[in-house]
Amino acid sequence: MRSIAEGLAKKQKEISVAEFFERNKQILGFDTSTRALITSVKEAVDNALDGCEEAGILPDVFVKIEDLGDDEYRLIVEDNGPGIVKKQIPHVFARLLYGSRFHSLKQSRGQQGIGISAAVLYAQLTTGQPAVVISKVGEGYPAHRRQLMIDTKKNRPDIIEDDMVHWDKPSGTRIELCTKGRYVRNTKHSIYEYLRSTAIVNPHARITLVEPDGEKTVFERATETLPEQPKEIKPHPYGIELGTFMKMAKQTDARKLTSFLKKEFSSVSHQKAKKILETAEVDASLTPQRLTLERAKRIVKAFGQVKLMSPATDCLSPIGELLIKRGLRKEMETLSPEFIATDKRSPAVFSGIPFLVETGVVYGGDLPRDERVELLRFANRVPLLYQEGDCVITEAVKDTNWRRYGLQQKGGSGMPRGPAIILVHVSSVNIPFTSESKEAIASVEEIQKEVKLSLQQCGRRMRSHLSKQKKKEKAKTKFILISKILPKIAEKAAETVGKPTPSIDDIIIKIMDIVWVDDSISYEDGITTVTVDVTNYKAKPQSFALYAALPDGGLVAGASPEPDEQAERYVRWNISKLQPAETVRLSLQLSELEDGDLDETELYVEGINPVNVIGVEKWEGT
Amino acid sequence: MEKRKQAAIREMKKVAEEIYNDLDGKQVPELEVPSRTKSNIEFDERHGVWKYGSNVTTRSATSLSGAQMLLRTIYTINFIKDMIEDGKSSTLRELYYISEGWEEGKFSSQNDSDKLAEDLEILTEHLREDMSLRPEEDGARVMGDLVVEEITRKGEKRRIHCQDDVGDSGYSIPYNVEKEKVKIRETGASLVMAVETGGMFDRLVENGFDESTGTILVHLKGQPARSTRRFIKRLNEEHKLPVVVFTDGDPWSYRIFASVAYGAIKTAHISEYLATPSAEYLGVTPSDIHNYELPTDDLTQGDISALQSELSDPRFNDDFWKNEIKLQLRMKKKSEQQALAKYGLDYVTDTYLPEKLAEMGYDT
Repeated sequence: MRSIAEGLAKKQKEISVAEFFERNKQILGFDTSTRALITSVKEAVDNALDGCEEAGILPDVFVKIEDLGDDEYRLIVEDNGPGIVKKQIPHVFARLLYGSRFHSLKQSRGQQGIGISAAVLYAQLTTGQPAVVISKVGEGYPAHRRQLMIDTKKNRPDIIEDDMVHWDKPSGTRIELCTKGRYVRNTKHSIYEYLRSTAIVNPHARITLVEPDGEKTVFERATETLPEQPKEIKPHPYGIELGTFMKMAKQTDARKLTSFLKKEFSSVSHQKAKKILETAEVDASLTPQRLTLERAKRIVKAFGQVKLMSPATDCLSPIGELLIKRGLRKEMETLSPEFIATDKRSPAVFSGIPFLVETGVVYGGDLPRDERVELLRFANRVPLLYQEGDCVITEAVKDTNWRRYGLQQKGGSGMPRGPAIILVHVSSVNIPFTSESKEAIASVEEIQKEVKLSLQQCGRRMRSHLSKQKKKEKAKTKFILISKILPKIAEKAAETVGKPTPSIDDIIIKIMDIVWVDDSISYEDGITTVTVDVTNYKAKPQSFALYAALPDGGLVAGASPEPDEQAERYVRWNISKLQPAETVRLSLQLSELEDGDLDETELYVEGINPVNVIGVEKWEGT
Repeated sequence: MEKRKQAAIREMKKVAEEIYNDLDGKQVPELEVPSRTKSNIEFDERHGVWKYGSNVTTRSATSLSGAQMLLRTIYTINFIKDMIEDGKSSTLRELYYISEGWEEGKFSSQNDSDKLAEDLEILTEHLREDMSLRPEEDGARVMGDLVVEEITRKGEKRRIHCQDDVGDSGYSIPYNVEKEKVKIRETGASLVMAVETGGMFDRLVENGFDESTGTILVHLKGQPARSTRRFIKRLNEEHKLPVVVFTDGDPWSYRIFASVAYGAIKTAHISEYLATPSAEYLGVTPSDIHNYELPTDDLTQGDISALQSELSDPRFNDDFWKNEIKLQLRMKKKSEQQALAKYGLDYVTDTYLPEKLAEMGYDT
């Protein structure tokens, strides 16, 4: 967490960075040779994606791993981002903790990381080779190629060689590292899995991987739209630490405490600032730069005693339900899943820090039936591969009763088993990681609660899908009965007794005794069409209302017949006096969706006993 | 065509008519057959056997399985009708395979087709032999002072003495033991002993027990085929020979005895035709296991459940069986009839059987 990073920064003055690195290998994510390779790629890819997004460019990231023998590998990560100006290149790649913004709060991948320089240092320490960086900032500019090492005594970049090269790309950055490591694939902890997971939560990115054996994989984009840029926000007084507060007070250019509080914190008005200082019994006109520890303590305490507005939450950039679904569908295509449920929560706050939880559950298809479900954890669009057991996401998954939603779970808690993959994404301006390697989110009650609520929503969708399938399956056997078996009985019985075949229409209605709702989904030329056939297999005419829920991201482009009501989240048709054996066809055209975005239409009925209607659920209002 | 077969076709047509009339009258078609469970068998005073009671199972077209049963019934009736008219017959297994071409009416296992054949017997009150259906299994073996007259497939009468005209494996009972096929001419024996296992049957034959005691030995081959039970019943009825049953000492063997003496639950509709109510159980009883200190095996969980189920089976509801079954549940042991070899190969014929038969009041 932040305090660790600060501690590290302080120490680095006293000991050489090499020594510091050696001591802290594990929390930096370089403790095993397999993990060192993954972490190096991860730092480079995180930078590439952040850079592209900030510049408004759809990311196209190329990753290549070459086997150099003797457990040495060359890692190449290349992007189409905005490039880095020549002067900055050494600082970005060859200086530890450069540019860490300790109290800038913005949802980003790098956030408070040790960053790419750690990978450069690891490469240098294990193979003695410099990092080779090529960067070009735009069309008409030269591409600079710089070979860098880190002066481990001073934590300063050493420029080994400098030249200009020809590069076809309009702009971008490429880094090459020679590093010790071990390349594995087909395991959870592998570069391949890391990039695949990254592709799921970054559906706007194209990622190409070339593995040591020459195998090339392209993780294609699922959308051409860039995510909205997250906004930077000021810290909220709730949950601020004393040390941070003191540092902020020293660095501010405000002259009085009131203006310091108002200017550097969110949700603090002039009135509230005065009230805080009154509560703390600190003179409002004091200069912040000269604040004593004693007074600072009183102010931080007073923060908790004054009621403040929650921080603004529009600073977050979630992925969105539709894009999560697209990402999952694209990467899980080979498993042909039966159903994908997604959910997005509203923003919430812990210790004055806004965060937002999104989840997805992939169900069925070729997923193994009896194995532990796979859990994909993400923080600010970065996959978390290690320390699953220490993560609050894992805690929340274990704490959810999955048996209710059709998965197996011993004793109703713990990791569930069954044909499912669970995805959880937490975005925040400041993810509370358990350590600097950023692999597990700390146990924060608010986050755990939000994850659980979101998973429950996915679970409910999954359950209703399963129960609908089950009911339909049951009704289908009746269709076989009335369409295949009963006519044959009539035919054969007539043949045996030598009489004409009797009509069985009335008997069919007696046997079925339900209203059958059959929906299908088709896609053509950007329009998704939902067709709903409602057939009355009951002996009396039926009247009721049928609701179709509108999917996330879809816009109604047409409907027939004209719905009796169209609201933001649904359309309603009133079905009046549907005669026995009569079928009515309802259809709905939706735009803004891609092929496959809608895999199931949620249908509800009102004004009829839902037990008698197959293929729908009871309308419970919005 | 034989009269009985013509009558069977008439009865089967009535079943089809019942279904047709339901359909024509806009009713969901259904058929009722007696439930074939142990809770639905009742003692028939007149015949002294156990028959189905009044509980019925309704096969209704409202459910998929019910409709499938009805379709299979119609198909089977059609098939049997055509087969009889063509002068052919088929095995129960062939009936199962014939259904391959019946699409939705296809049987899912031979167990289903066998059961349907039994249903048709109940609905038409005709034996499956009248419907030209025959079982796969052959009848068991017979050894003893007995002369039968069989009509061979060439249509010739052949007299067979079941000791002198047969090898050591005895006379083989054909699947059809009705009078038109087999006549039981004469016998010098005074007792019929039905034996469960082939090993014991061969032991008794080798020791000459049939000759020395005037006993007709019948090998049951586990759960006895209909023809074996019918043959035993005919020996009992036509020649007034008493019947004793000699099996292993475990719950499954008691059921073999019950099917010989009282009728099997599966075929309770024809119990009066197959069961020999006067048949007596000789052993091995749980008391024998104790008295003769026979080598034993532990009862399995399945054995224990089977014994408990027999305690609620009306066929075993008498003092003798209740005491023996309870004793066995306490001992938690079972023995095979061949365990008597503990005392030597001749012990069973020299000591055990004479003692047991004397106990039951027979002279040997």
